[in-house]
Amino acid sequence: MTVTEYFNLLFTDYTLQTITLGTAILGALCGMLGSFAVLRKQSLLGDAISHAALPGIALAFLITGAKDSNTLLIGALVSGLVGTFWIRGIVKKTHLKTDTALGLILSLFFGFGMLLLTFIQKMPNANQAGLDKYLFGQAATLVASDVWTMCIIAGLSLLILLVFWKEFKLLLFDVDYTKSLGFNVKFLDVLITFFIVISIVVGLQTVGVVLMSAMLLAPAAAARQWTNSLSVMVVLAAIFGACSGVFGTAISASSNNLSTGPVIVLIAAVFVLFSFIFSPKRGLLFREIRYRSNRKDLELNKTLAFMYQIVESHDNINHPHAIKILNNFHGFTRKSLQKLEDRELITVTKTMWSLTEKGFSTAANLYNQLEENE
Amino acid sequence: METKYAITVDDLTVAYNYKPVLWDIDLAIPEGVLMAIVGPNGAGKSTLIKSILGIIKPIAGSVKIFGKPYKKQFKEVAYVPQKGSVDWDFPTTALDVVMMGTYGSLGWVKRPGQKEKKAALEALEKVGMLSFKSRQISQLSGGQQQRIFLARALVQNASIYLMDEPFQGVDATTEKAIINILKELRKAGKTLIVVHHDLQTVPEYFDWVTFLNVKKIATGPVKDIFNDGNLTKTYGINYKVSVQE
Repeated sequence: MTVTEYFNLLFTDYTLQTITLGTAILGALCGMLGSFAVLRKQSLLGDAISHAALPGIALAFLITGAKDSNTLLIGALVSGLVGTFWIRGIVKKTHLKTDTALGLILSLFFGFGMLLLTFIQKMPNANQAGLDKYLFGQAATLVASDVWTMCIIAGLSLLILLVFWKEFKLLLFDVDYTKSLGFNVKFLDVLITFFIVISIVVGLQTVGVVLMSAMLLAPAAAARQWTNSLSVMVVLAAIFGACSGVFGTAISASSNNLSTGPVIVLIAAVFVLFSFIFSPKRGLLFREIRYRSNRKDLELNKTLAFMYQIVESHDNINHPHAIKILNNFHGFTRKSLQKLEDRELITVTKTMWSLTEKGFSTAANLYNQLEENE
Repeated sequence: METKYAITVDDLTVAYNYKPVLWDIDLAIPEGVLMAIVGPNGAGKSTLIKSILGIIKPIAGSVKIFGKPYKKQFKEVAYVPQKGSVDWDFPTTALDVVMMGTYGSLGWVKRPGQKEKKAALEALEKVGMLSFKSRQISQLSGGQQQRIFLARALVQNASIYLMDEPFQGVDATTEKAIINILKELRKAGKTLIVVHHDLQTVPEYFDWVTFLNVKKIATGPVKDIFNDGNLTKTYGINYKVSVQE
């Protein structure tokens, strides 16, 4: 099955519809909440949480013996939350810094989870196959009830974000100031972290513990490149996330059931790369172009300023001067004179040049910052 | 006539990891003064301000704003944090940051409306930044960022203003503009507490001063206590500042 066939089948095949809808919602949810994680500089927290969820999945299976995804996700949620609070505890109570705490908890929980997984695989029980899917994700295992879970969580997150939008924005920008205005920062912090943990946990089945954090960060990082408004950034991140989810799943499902996680993450990475290069304001490409044109403008301005100096000493600004007298100065060529003439700043006649009224006033205000600021 | 105190601090002690940053501070700040807090680096100036605002929990002592704890009085207090304490690459505009000053009186959940926007625009005008209202905050200069923070505090329309180094990294024009606004506020009966580094300008800008170096060295009117003795006690080296009478 090719990707085109996949999208054609989408209109008729119920399973494909379920999977696609699921990954789209998951992508949107992660993009939305990921924006907050990125702006809070908690990018790595997502990585630690997703890894910390693994032992929860294994323990939930060991205790209940069921492979029903909702049961396993509750296990993941509990151990993810335990991991998160341990990280906070370590940072608060010891001298260790956040990165150390994250690294410690991440490897500790992941190691324990892997240990349990290998233990489960050795058990004489045919039921255990498939738990390892949680490492890299397999969207094909999504069923309708999973998608419902995602829908409810996405709806709830959206509601919480809308209700507390003002407070979250304040918290993201300036924590101390938020406190000084009388808001309960702890409550806001726990609320947003809780939803980030939940969104990670529901994504584990599709994207897997190892790469889940990219799902959170990549759409947000890409979205940041295109806008200077928080609300637009969150919406864009949701769209990028949904697109990565859908296309990633399509490719993974149509090519012999590739693990979905890596494919989705690669698609998201393409979004990031594209945004880093091509976004108009922050992108590398346009920055380079702007830089070059600025440099050219500066050279023209230098020539213009030099002309201004000469003209200033004469009563008549339109009085023509020989091009030769510019020779001492390196900033001009025939081409740059032509450019100045195109902008109606000077007039050139054979070997003479003269400033126009416009050229004179432009040159006079060239380095006047106060007026430029308006 | 009995003096009314805007802020009273009793036996305040704050420590980060065992090392005391503020030691047994007693302070009564009369209403309507423009006060400088001076002291060397690490003297606990920012910590004092943050403790008054309830941002940092002290290990001992109490702070009262007009006789009541901060939690009940936060609408009376406006805060200007150090400019470097936030990430100026945050995706938002100058107007939006100033609007944040209205969030406290709005309380939970309620969104700012036309009234709040009008107040924010007025504050922007007061600090001379109206033409920058739609500017992305990362594209503002240091002095402009400082003015935005001041405007955000002005919008709060509080009785007490706590400012952490509002003159840090600003040019002479901005410094003049800011001090004029502060003096105007004092004339309107507000109380202003400013962490300040430039000792030369203390007598010119302020009427009240607190010397701080972990312990409180002295507090009172500038004309009475701003002298070489207190400066030497605070900074540990022999200081000579010409005080204009």
